Amino acid sequence: MATQHSRSAARLMMAPAVFVLLVWMLVPLGMTLWFSFRQYLPLRGGDLGFAGWDNYVRFVTSSSFWPSIYSTLIIVGGVLVITIFFGILLAMLLDQPMFGQGIVRILVIAPFFVMPTVSALVWKNMFMDPTNGLLAHLWRFFGADPVVWLSDVPLFSIVLIVSWQWLPFATLILLTAIQSLDSDQLEAAEMDGAPHLQRFWYIILPHLSRAITIVLLIQTIFLLSIFAEIFVTTGGAFGTRTLTYLIFQRVLESQNIGLGSAGGVYAIILANIVAIFLMRIVGKNLDT
Amino acid sequence: MGRITLEKVQKKFGETEVIPPLDLTIEDGEFVVFVGPSGCGKSTLLRLIAGLEDVSSGEIRIDGTPATDLPPAKRGLAMVFQSYALYPHMTVRKNIAFPMKMAGMDQAEQDRRIKKAADALNLTDYLDRRPGQLSGGQRQRVAIGRAIVREPAAFLFDEPLSNLDAALRVGMRLEISELHSRLETTMIYVTHDQVEAMTMADKIVVLRAGNIEQVGSPLELYREPRNVFVAGFIGSPKMNLMSGPAADAHGAHTIGIRPEHLDVVESGGTFSGKVGVSEHLGSDTFFHVHVDAMEEPMTVRAGGEVGLRHGDMIHLEPQADKIHRFDEKGLRIA
Repeated sequence: MATQHSRSAARLMMAPAVFVLLVWMLVPLGMTLWFSFRQYLPLRGGDLGFAGWDNYVRFVTSSSFWPSIYSTLIIVGGVLVITIFFGILLAMLLDQPMFGQGIVRILVIAPFFVMPTVSALVWKNMFMDPTNGLLAHLWRFFGADPVVWLSDVPLFSIVLIVSWQWLPFATLILLTAIQSLDSDQLEAAEMDGAPHLQRFWYIILPHLSRAITIVLLIQTIFLLSIFAEIFVTTGGAFGTRTLTYLIFQRVLESQNIGLGSAGGVYAIILANIVAIFLMRIVGKNLDT
Repeated sequence: MGRITLEKVQKKFGETEVIPPLDLTIEDGEFVVFVGPSGCGKSTLLRLIAGLEDVSSGEIRIDGTPATDLPPAKRGLAMVFQSYALYPHMTVRKNIAFPMKMAGMDQAEQDRRIKKAADALNLTDYLDRRPGQLSGGQRQRVAIGRAIVREPAAFLFDEPLSNLDAALRVGMRLEISELHSRLETTMIYVTHDQVEAMTMADKIVVLRAGNIEQVGSPLELYREPRNVFVAGFIGSPKMNLMSGPAADAHGAHTIGIRPEHLDVVESGGTFSGKVGVSEHLGSDTFFHVHVDAMEEPMTVRAGGEVGLRHGDMIHLEPQADKIHRFDEKGLRIA
């Protein structure tokens, strides 16, 4: 296969895909960088020329910058902890032989197929509504005052909604990992005198470490950019403004493309810092 | 101590009976091999003894105390799995230490036993490696090391050599036999390879479809197989079994003659036929002889330098006192 001829043919055939991917990434990135150095106010005079580093300075010195970083980290961290913890539990549960296994597995995966906008609306109106929501009814059934979810505990509510969406993904990956565990190892541990909890801790969890790493990395990348869930529920109010949402507000609500683009560049930097950080922590897990 | 008794032990998976009620006693310090074709229930029987499968009915006793309902860890048995079942994320040292750690043994004692086991199994240089960095034979030794440090009442081996190449298998076979004579602990060893059974066992248990066909020392089984199945299973190459006129002449339904008990003669002889495939092993030659009026070719062992070629005529005479006779039910006629 690896003759000179087949190699150059392979290159030729890959070229269009590589070209499209590069254009797809480089053009928006270039435009963002370009706009971030411009004073660009579409409704107030349009492109008003170079702004130097002004946009960058204004974006970070704004009073909403650090709170937005804080909410971003809380949401990402919260969702990761919840999905991985419950993902492991659910995966171990689903690994047990039971009646209707196929249907149960499909049901568990279902939330992942619901669009973020739709799931946020369903949660907002059907569960978390303080008068008509199911949760409000549940609270009243026990004689408690219903929680006004989206204004009293807004960050927690959003973490809940996003966790519900991403739990199936974590469960699915972890389930396949659990299924690949050699049952001999568990039996050997059983003979070696390890009770259930110890078997989980010494055998199952280390076996899952690679899958957990993958869930962690992929989810972080997607969670940093969640938008619809916030837009639909709180609209960025009550301290739920994440970095992504702040950039959206700067561009569309303040009609300041330059400032928003500078924020976009910060977001790229943040995402890369997180990525490098995660790679460092878990890189050695992926090696072996 | 490790005397294991099975009384009317039976195993069913749902409606199918895998092991019909069966009695067996394994004496302390004995090396017992369960041998039989695949699917004969030998591994299931081992797992019943280990406690990894529940007994459907009957009782297992270890050193006189009932163990039927004890969990695997409480039975004082150690098992070596076919796949080794080493913990891939732990070093060799931690693998070997794992059962002791679970038992809450103190660190000094753990270190002492690890050192002893590592010395005995030539693993000292590999203690800080992971199983993934070891060869098949070394992994096998780690698995044995993990079993030894528990100082169990008995070792259970589940086809431990079937993943190794032929040369290594012979080596490990000797090592395990050596280990047994050193430790003098009861060992139960499951294999489908009758050569392993013959070379290692003090006592062989031949199983077929969950039934014990015969129990005895290797030579007892070789000399006096109780039925046609054992006769055909024990011995390599297989015994020549024939029925019809040849058997009638000896007043039996089936007779069996081992390849090494057929002499090649110049002329005459009971059987005559054409030489088919011949296997030259250097020390011996095995001829497959096509005898008229017999479906299966007969196997004959001859010296290493016998100059017979494909298609040559050959005359065979069985050694009269080495003919095994069986009746219609396949049982041995004394």
